Amino acid sequence: MAADIETVEQVQSVGADYKYGFVTDIEVELAPKGLNEDIIRFISAKKSEPEWLLAWRLKAFRHWLTMEEPNWAKVGYPPIDYQDAYYYAAPKTTDGPKSLDEVDPKLLETYEKLGIPLREQEFLAGVAVDAVFDSVSVATTYKAKLEEQGIIFCPISEAVANYPELVKKYLGSIVPYSDNFFATLNSAVFTDGSFVYIPKGVRCPMELSTYFRINQANTGQFERTLIVADEGAYVSYLEGCTAPMRDENQLHAAVVELIAHDDAEIKYSTVQNWYPGDEEGRGGIYNFVTKRGACRGRNSKIAWTQVETGSAITWKYPSCILQGDNSVGEFYSVAITNNRQQADTGTKMIHIGKNTTSRIVSKGIAAGRSDSTYRGLVRMQAGATNARNHTQCDSLLIGDQSGAHTVPYIESTNPSARVEHEATTSRISDDQLFYCRARGLTSEEAVSLIVNGFCREVLQTLPMEFAVEAQKLVGISLEGSVG
Amino acid sequence: MALLEISGLRAAVDGKEILTGLDLAIDPGEVHAIMGPNGSGKSTLSHILAGRDGYEVLSGTVRYDGADLLALSADERARAGIFLAFQYPVELPGVTGMNFLKTALNVARTSRGESEMDAMDFLKFVRARAAKLGIDDDMLRRFVNVGFSGGEKKRFEILQMAVLEPRLAILDETDSGLDIDALKVVAEGVNAMRGPDRGLLIITHYQRLLDYIVPDHVHVLANGRIAASGGKELALELEEKGYARFLEVAA
Repeated sequence: MAADIETVEQVQSVGADYKYGFVTDIEVELAPKGLNEDIIRFISAKKSEPEWLLAWRLKAFRHWLTMEEPNWAKVGYPPIDYQDAYYYAAPKTTDGPKSLDEVDPKLLETYEKLGIPLREQEFLAGVAVDAVFDSVSVATTYKAKLEEQGIIFCPISEAVANYPELVKKYLGSIVPYSDNFFATLNSAVFTDGSFVYIPKGVRCPMELSTYFRINQANTGQFERTLIVADEGAYVSYLEGCTAPMRDENQLHAAVVELIAHDDAEIKYSTVQNWYPGDEEGRGGIYNFVTKRGACRGRNSKIAWTQVETGSAITWKYPSCILQGDNSVGEFYSVAITNNRQQADTGTKMIHIGKNTTSRIVSKGIAAGRSDSTYRGLVRMQAGATNARNHTQCDSLLIGDQSGAHTVPYIESTNPSARVEHEATTSRISDDQLFYCRARGLTSEEAVSLIVNGFCREVLQTLPMEFAVEAQKLVGISLEGSVG
Repeated sequence: MALLEISGLRAAVDGKEILTGLDLAIDPGEVHAIMGPNGSGKSTLSHILAGRDGYEVLSGTVRYDGADLLALSADERARAGIFLAFQYPVELPGVTGMNFLKTALNVARTSRGESEMDAMDFLKFVRARAAKLGIDDDMLRRFVNVGFSGGEKKRFEILQMAVLEPRLAILDETDSGLDIDALKVVAEGVNAMRGPDRGLLIITHYQRLLDYIVPDHVHVLANGRIAASGGKELALELEEKGYARFLEVAA
């Protein structure tokens, strides 16, 4: 409840500026600009990778060369020159730090500005953080505590070295190297990300959290996250993102794969606050991300929650493959666009097993001259007897120059399956604004309160510490959207 | 000094003059009632005082606590201690009553230079006031005005007033849509707010609310101006004889 007041303060203190728009001045090691097999060999060598992984990367790269960039989303941007970017950037000072003490203080300062709880007190908050700074993980906390229970939580490059069998078994098993243009590019050049393995019957005792941040100019960030919950395991994973302010656009093409075995549950929450570009649409992140989870086992469950407030362009469809009988997929989304931002986001629920259920709740808010599109697929395959889906898509328009679009695809080849789709589009009314203002709230405070109400159903699914941050972001990202 | 002083106020909506030279002064501690037939300008007056957009002030002044009220925006007026109880309270889906009250109270406290109330104190503070209005925690967990009955909406308006403790409260047709039991509860809530520093302006079509909230002064609004003023007996006279006499005089 207090968050609304905090939103107000945040809005006042932040003004019209992007809060996270600072650049950290530290030495970095860059690979030469451009993309070719030598660069991929360079990345692989830098990470001392085994031969099979290099081969996999090269296979992806060769396939990528034959692919076309997708153009079906309702987003527009000038052609990307993939040769005009760095594919590897690592802070020079981070040569495998053993503890936080060994980490460059400037890095820690950056994290502090971001409000990332990297210090000891986070233990009290029950958060373990794997922080990714550009391409290399610089600090991983509470690993020891997790190791006691057999939980693996580490940078994926470390997992490749220490748990090669697990990585080899699952990497690319949900999002294959040939999946789509951006995922294939990621497979070729991914530099870091997190690996999580929860053993049989273990309930992860704390929220696992990763903050990603793009610092270096002209670098793409291609992290790859792989989470495996073995039989009966449970894990809740949080991902937060910010990037400094720059005039040029930066590409972020991540891949996330989730695997839930019998009776396992994975909850994956994202608060995405990449730099959205300025009011005229200059700069900002291209967030072209592939996220997919497979409910492999019976009674397994995967829930995606995302709060997307940043990025110039968002192209993202966290999906669930509901393979095990009785498995459950959920997708809760808030997508806020302002100024010139474009978001084309949604989900795919692929029902394969019997009695599988999925729930989709999407809240799109478009202000300024932005465009927000929900694009979602619900597919009931022949074996999905008694499968059920319920989809709720609500759009809220602010101002008269923004657009909201809903593009649902429904395919069913099983007559016993049931699919429900509801959609609404509304505006914040003058009556609502006046009512709030007559209680002392400024226009911006009123919009923040009303929009937070509109998103409530989704924000409620976030873990507590993220919910508060997300509520603030809702207010900040809509600054200047009402006169 | 008067808490509120309206002089020669003329105002129009969509080019049509609704208020045609209205004078009114409310001192701290006083309860004034404005009665008038439909279309006399009652709602226009309440909206102009609260700062709603869409009204054009043609001439005249409104001074609140000595300062020019019309120069302030709606939210500035609220933070300065003016409260409007809405005739038609507005739904805020997803915003719980408790959250709304807390947000509004903390905005008010912050603007007065006070610190925000902590969560436990706030809960006690609200519960005590809510109980007097027959509002339970359940109702406070519901979304503001969503699915509320007419009586619930009006009780929630009065609760907001009790929480925000304004210096000048304007009650716009607070009796409309209330049965007699709800009317009594609301009136008790309003009476509890009477005090030496606070002014109340009750805008109503009917006299019956004034049986329960007894005003110090009663004014008749007709054709956009005050046609007559008197004590509480004026309300009874209006109940008996209707507004026809004033409409003729004004015409």
